[in-house]
Amino acid sequence: MTTTKEPGSDLPLQQQESVVIRFAGDSGDGMQITGNQYATTSAVVGNDLATMPDFPAEIRAPAGTRAGVSGFQLAFSSKDIFTPGDRPDVLIAMNPAALVENIKDLKPDGIVVVNTGNFGDRDLEKAKCESNPLLDGTLDGYRVIEVDMNQRVKEALTETELKPKEVQRCKNFYTLGLMYWLFSRPLQPTEDWLKEKFAKKMHLAEANIIAMRAGFNAGDIQELFQGRYEVPKCDVLTPGTYRSVMGNEAVAIGLVAGAQAAGLEPFLGSYPITPASTILETLAGMKNHGVKTFQAEDEIAAVCAAIGAAYTGGLGITSTSGPGVALKGEALGLAVSIELPLIVVNVQRGGPSTGLPTKTEQADLLQAIFGRNGEAPIPVVACATPADAFDCAMEAVRIATQYMTPVFLMTDGFIANGAEPWRLPEVEDLPKFTKEFRTDAENYQPYSRDENGARPWVKPGTPGLEHRVGGIEKAHLTGNISYDPDNHEFMTHARQEKVMGIANSIPTPEVKGAQSGKLLILGWGSTYGSIADAVERTNEDEDKVGRIHLRHVWPLPNGLEEIFSRYESILIPEMNLGQLARLLRSEYPKHDFLSYSKVQGQPFRAYEIAAKIQELLENKS
Amino acid sequence: MSETEALKKKDFQSDQEVRWCPGCGDYAILSAVQGVCADLGFSREGTVFVSGIGCSSRFPYYMDTYGFHTIHGRAPGFATGIKMANPDLNVWLVTGDGDGMSIGGNHLAHILRRNVNVNILLFNNEVYGLTKGQYSPTSPVGQKSKTSPLGSIDRPFNPINFALGANATFVARTIDTHVKHMAGILKEAAAHEGTSFVEIYQNCVIFNDGCFDDVADRKIRDDMTVDLRPGETLTYGKELDKGLRFNGWGLERCSAEEASTWDATVESTAPAVMMGELANEAEMPRPLGIFRQVEAPVFESETERQIALAKEAKGEGKLRDLIFQGNTWEVE
Repeated sequence: MTTTKEPGSDLPLQQQESVVIRFAGDSGDGMQITGNQYATTSAVVGNDLATMPDFPAEIRAPAGTRAGVSGFQLAFSSKDIFTPGDRPDVLIAMNPAALVENIKDLKPDGIVVVNTGNFGDRDLEKAKCESNPLLDGTLDGYRVIEVDMNQRVKEALTETELKPKEVQRCKNFYTLGLMYWLFSRPLQPTEDWLKEKFAKKMHLAEANIIAMRAGFNAGDIQELFQGRYEVPKCDVLTPGTYRSVMGNEAVAIGLVAGAQAAGLEPFLGSYPITPASTILETLAGMKNHGVKTFQAEDEIAAVCAAIGAAYTGGLGITSTSGPGVALKGEALGLAVSIELPLIVVNVQRGGPSTGLPTKTEQADLLQAIFGRNGEAPIPVVACATPADAFDCAMEAVRIATQYMTPVFLMTDGFIANGAEPWRLPEVEDLPKFTKEFRTDAENYQPYSRDENGARPWVKPGTPGLEHRVGGIEKAHLTGNISYDPDNHEFMTHARQEKVMGIANSIPTPEVKGAQSGKLLILGWGSTYGSIADAVERTNEDEDKVGRIHLRHVWPLPNGLEEIFSRYESILIPEMNLGQLARLLRSEYPKHDFLSYSKVQGQPFRAYEIAAKIQELLENKS
Repeated sequence: MSETEALKKKDFQSDQEVRWCPGCGDYAILSAVQGVCADLGFSREGTVFVSGIGCSSRFPYYMDTYGFHTIHGRAPGFATGIKMANPDLNVWLVTGDGDGMSIGGNHLAHILRRNVNVNILLFNNEVYGLTKGQYSPTSPVGQKSKTSPLGSIDRPFNPINFALGANATFVARTIDTHVKHMAGILKEAAAHEGTSFVEIYQNCVIFNDGCFDDVADRKIRDDMTVDLRPGETLTYGKELDKGLRFNGWGLERCSAEEASTWDATVESTAPAVMMGELANEAEMPRPLGIFRQVEAPVFESETERQIALAKEAKGEGKLRDLIFQGNTWEVE
């Protein structure tokens, strides 16, 4: 085994503020693991970072085809960053399909590292390349680093007893090692991870470590690059303890924290669905925290079980994506009608129907707000970033329990699988909103209401408070079945006013940048980062435009009317055909809302929004 | 449990006006259930009746216990959540042939296979009553109804064999007109650990009146039904002078002396399935009573067991550990 050279060898070391890397290969090449390891290590060295996995819906599309290309982009920086970057500085292409699918995104003069071991005639054919992109001018204008990784990893692992196939499965770690060398990152975090991951198959941990070290050493030995880079620690982040967190993980932990804040036991009823499944997986692993999970037979049973748990006095949660929400619609109406707390996590993906299961979109907003029969208002909280999902999950629990209502917690594929540094809160600093159960039988009325309009929550098992609930309209106060016309009107308004009244418990969002003027950029959900980045670029010299982000999408926070009146127009970038814009036009008809829509299954790039802002500013001047 | 000892049948009657059609079989079932609740010393506060949608599903409103009238076909999902969240509750699920066998067939199969400790009462009247008389998934082929004017061409479900197919651990059948039998079966169902499934032949006086008369009519009932009593012989008739016995892959009539002994506890569902298939055979008695009664792990108890194991292995989880897990770093 060769020893690892420490950073600081003969090649010049250049400082770089931010770097964007994209790993691209076959879906069997382990690109997601590679990317996540790079992110973890970058986090450990103190960079700010953001990641964006992009993989196909098929677990193993035919190897080497364009359909099977799996990518992972990450940005790491010594500055505060908002997005996983517009265009990669470095592209790693493990095969021809990965190269041709991704090269168009690479920055001019960017570095492309190509695994030439996979560029035979058969490989080119599988990728439907009529000519070899290494030779036909495709790569003109880029710095091309050719490495036969298949061969290099085979040489590195000759002394192990791995079968040839197993040897080739180590080549993503060779790639990882090479990239660690290029940006002067330590190998230790990944070595530790491998030893833990393969604790029972130590020979695999060792093989991958050898492959990674071989890749690292190749940087020096083979002088593939003209120099090495260093991205210093980010020192503009708020002081504290940090770790890297992915959106679905943050949702899971946030829900447990929310349950604790309310004094409830969390119960998740869920059915596996991309890209939400890891929420179920994560919570299923938290049994020692008293979390109960139920993998139901379908989306409907999942939400019904969660409502059953809520009826019993637990924190009922269901996690899904858009198609699952469609199936849960009737049960959500019941939850509205019986006025029990419930958290519905919608990790949005491209639609309609099966749509783009592994890609991101924001097109379920109106489904969340309005998508049920009857007048069935449900509040909506939307996560901005992976770490923000923790706070939003807690906020959803607060609203659900204090107002006795189902709540939608919206995230999307970009947030779910993306990662960023999370400044870790101490438990005692988290919000508290203990929920009291009704136990006093005197004057008990199942449908009386408190100052929030919420009815009392009673656990079955409480003596003297036996009562019946159901989906048939209930009489005010008694909750008995009622078909009385005036009562139905009264109850319809009572439910609506309760939900709209939540606005009084949420802050008016802060406007950043220009406090008035031509243009306000407004966003909700995962467009947060791209909007923030685009507005910062626009305002580099002076505050030209303002930006505002809505965490609470329904009901809308108080104070927006006044904010909107300070701008000529309000630009709303959304990964749908303008759903929030449509909503705001009906709620605030006096203002000029401009929808900027993108539905490609991909997040907005900051430059796209910056260009749109520029265009609008020029037209207005 | 302060009031349990003194509770009588009437203590389980809610103050709500019962709104089934006069003469409906549901009244007899309601009365039997309320009687059983008192006989078994149930508490009002510890008992929950859950239902779906349909005539039968109005049941919870008439019980002075906790009650949850949910949505069509989905009661098993709600009941599972209730039992998982609080295994101490005594949960009863009331459904019908439309709610349980049609829109909720999927959920019914799954709660049965999981063996959640819930008592399921399926009121089978072979018709949709609340929507006013369409054929149901248990209607026999040829049944004329508003939506099958030339007769139903659907091959019907047999609820008993549906439940057995889902590997249900307690499967029984009774009749609304046979109050004493019904009470006995309900008590057995209540005592069973795991999902109990009870099909109740229930007469719909308006849309399918007399659909079970060929077996349920008091005049012929004893001769046309055989009560499956675990551990006892398969004898029937007013004088218990008729018998049934297994012969190869079938059942045949025989004298009382030659009758087989009924064993509901065998692991194989085969004998129970053969009994279930007697549903529409002429000249053969219709089996009532207990088809299957076996022990198996109870779903919500297994959930609790795994939680206890996880706590033992990893220690009681602390929220801070979840937040601070993995590689962390400091920014100063």
